[in-house]
Amino acid sequence: MNKPLKQHLIDPEICIRCYTCEMTCPENAIDHDDNNVVVNAELCNFCMDCIPVCPTGSIDEWRVVNDAYSMEEQFSWSELPEQEDLGGDEAETGLEALDETVAALLAEAHKGAGGKSKAPVSAPKPTINLYSLSKPIEAVVQGNYRLTDEGADSDVRHIILDFQGHPMPVLEGQSIGIIPPGTDADGNAHLPRLYSVSSPRDGERPGYNNVSLTVKREDKGLCSNFVCDLQKGDTVHVTGPFGATFLLPDDPDARIMMICTGTGSAPMRAFTMRRHRKAGTVHGGMTMFFGARSPESLPYFGPLKKVPTTLLERHLVFSRQEGQPKEYVQDRMWTEKASVADMLRDKNTHVYICGLRDMEGGVEATFTRIAEEIGQNWDELRNTMREEGRYHVETY
Amino acid sequence: MLDVINVSYDTQIPNNVGLSQDRKVLKALEKWHPGYIDWWNRLIPQNFQESMVYLRTAVSVDPKGWAKFDYVKMPEYRWGVLLAPQVEDRVIPMGEHKGKKAWQEVPGEYRNMLKRLIVIQGDTEPGSVEQQRFLGLTAPSLYDMRNLFQVNVEEGRHLWAMVYLLQKYFGKDGREEADDLLIRSSGSEEAPRMLGAFNEDTPDWLSFFMFTYFTDRDGKMQLESLAQSGFDPLSRTCRFMLTEEAHHMFVGETGVSRVIQRTCEAMNEAGLTDPYDIGKVRDLGVIDLPTIQKKLNLHYSLSLDLFGQEVSTNAANAFNAGIKGRYMENRIDDDHELQSDTYIVRNIVDGKIVAEEVPALTAINMRLRDDYVRDAAGGVGRWNKILEKAGIDFALALPHEAFHRQIGVFAAIKANPSGDIISEAEWSANVDNWLPTKEDGAYIQSLMVPCYEPGKFAGWIAAPKVGIDNKPGDYEYVKLHMA
Repeated sequence: MNKPLKQHLIDPEICIRCYTCEMTCPENAIDHDDNNVVVNAELCNFCMDCIPVCPTGSIDEWRVVNDAYSMEEQFSWSELPEQEDLGGDEAETGLEALDETVAALLAEAHKGAGGKSKAPVSAPKPTINLYSLSKPIEAVVQGNYRLTDEGADSDVRHIILDFQGHPMPVLEGQSIGIIPPGTDADGNAHLPRLYSVSSPRDGERPGYNNVSLTVKREDKGLCSNFVCDLQKGDTVHVTGPFGATFLLPDDPDARIMMICTGTGSAPMRAFTMRRHRKAGTVHGGMTMFFGARSPESLPYFGPLKKVPTTLLERHLVFSRQEGQPKEYVQDRMWTEKASVADMLRDKNTHVYICGLRDMEGGVEATFTRIAEEIGQNWDELRNTMREEGRYHVETY
Repeated sequence: MLDVINVSYDTQIPNNVGLSQDRKVLKALEKWHPGYIDWWNRLIPQNFQESMVYLRTAVSVDPKGWAKFDYVKMPEYRWGVLLAPQVEDRVIPMGEHKGKKAWQEVPGEYRNMLKRLIVIQGDTEPGSVEQQRFLGLTAPSLYDMRNLFQVNVEEGRHLWAMVYLLQKYFGKDGREEADDLLIRSSGSEEAPRMLGAFNEDTPDWLSFFMFTYFTDRDGKMQLESLAQSGFDPLSRTCRFMLTEEAHHMFVGETGVSRVIQRTCEAMNEAGLTDPYDIGKVRDLGVIDLPTIQKKLNLHYSLSLDLFGQEVSTNAANAFNAGIKGRYMENRIDDDHELQSDTYIVRNIVDGKIVAEEVPALTAINMRLRDDYVRDAAGGVGRWNKILEKAGIDFALALPHEAFHRQIGVFAAIKANPSGDIISEAEWSANVDNWLPTKEDGAYIQSLMVPCYEPGKFAGWIAAPKVGIDNKPGDYEYVKLHMA
């Protein structure tokens, strides 16, 4: 087994020893003595069958370890050990996903945060890896709508998937994997491609078990072309959910700053819809800096303009608008430096950056300048915010 | 082809038993259904019937599909008939037919025995809903209210499960028994529920938690042993019921934990160290530990009575017939026939409690009760860890099995919680120290004021460590209908 590895554990302080997991486990990886119920790391294959059947939530615990805790060690516990600080890059992948490839992809996407990402303190606990490459779930396409104008230079799609009553507990900011059909040159099935969901946790339509994605057609992109060509009624194989840090705080006082370009708007749309549906109970505002070449190529341009400004202060920024000077998100952040600085000073502020990797440099530089103006060192401020689960980057 | 995993909604009754192709049983169930809805509607106060409750409903009996959470009005909850998937080539695991193919139809010679077991199990399910009917009015939080209602709707579904078996496999008598399940009523003078513990009051939330911990645990043990049944439809029904029963265990264990937790917190905040200074602890608006012990004594002893006589030929016959097994029969390392084995049973001889070896077959009830005691002791140990962590010098304990018994060999004597046989006079002089008194009840009752604000909890109980379905602390688990 690769090291370090992720080990599935049960929290003995919350478990009630009903043994439902033990009866459910198809691998017979769960066992108990008079003290505890434990998972055999050598047998557990992360199929997740035990997760929904647990009445307590105690079974959804994971640790990254160099050497798996033995059954005997686990039998002796009266509480779970803390996550050991293993140092090194591998441990940085945390528990965003259980399979190595997906975890590595997410670690790469999150590295712009300058260190190990942490979830907001008040974010709900995410479910991860409910469905895997070997056990995906089939979703039915409910709709596929083009978000950018026909004449625009990019083809971005809003895809709605329905899970037909099967659970898909995905939170805003999490991703799901789409498995493109067919096989690669070696005859192996394609690996899933990750897409951040753009719908909130209660569904694209509240109470319906559906999820939306925001997908840009990439030239020669195997999966993006497959997804962008999907027709209503088609079926796709889905894995996930993945991601355990780029999440929306549930704290109603949290202030949200969202900086995005292109399909990086997907999680921001989910955040905005979540807060919109909770309107009246949330107090902290949301501010968005959203960059595109032109209004025609900005996904969700129309719907975004309808979100009440009391909920969302939006700055839609265009770099190729006729008759206008080029403007990027970092330029507008600088123009709005007073309000950005005000948010940076506030312990309730959470920052989210999502889009192409190119945007990171400019945004960092502007944050550095704004931080200087208020007498702060940006690196330190950013590290503090990240440590407190308030600074999140997902770029690709 | 019949889809046995996914739940079919093509009839009024969700099921994975192909009801739409089984006209006779469907007709019987549909005839029974209005009576059931009427029973439910008369039972639960109206404003709760109209409220949206965050409940889980099974959409399939596959592990990934049986816990779908959503807001539901309780009368619209999809009660249904759900059986665990059939295990191919399953054999009878114990008794004289051991190793033969499991029965898919009722074996004629055991018809009455089977019917009686199913009726007794079925009778407990609505009984507990009746006992708990008014608790919503004093719920200490929306979280607790949701858990209560989840327990209630699932007990309702368990009734359905038993009624399906009665109607599908027992013809006219089965249908009559199914009707009677709605006629008997907890605590009724004319037609009480069949077992004593299901005619007791559940007057407050601590009683509810103790009931779900101790009495529902008897249910769990019974289901575990029926899940071993050679009558395959009963086995499959009980296996699926067990996954739901686990939630009831959870409500009980964590409910009592949270009461203890809050008492410890309040004592520590106020600097009280003597758990027996009941007046001062009660002044803090929490339930004192000696009273919690008394409640435990009561519910535990009532639940032990549910296991019946220690030595029982009925139980021996059911085991030998392959109708009802032992707890985790598949994990027991013996011949599963017990023709020549013995088992230790406590008896009263010359005024003393003595251990006696009896034929293991006749001691099936005793063995299940012993397994129950071990299972129940685990949680008590975990409760004591909370006290230890808080630094409060007090330990809860299960009373001796001879304490306060109405059924079995110990019914003939009086014993203190340590198991010493005592005189009637000594019993009367001390009973108020061992079992809850009227005053204890009145004090607990005085704390039972509803707390309906999301994320808030009544002062006598701590918040849970984890939300249901990973929901955050202030989740509105019940959207109350305010008429």
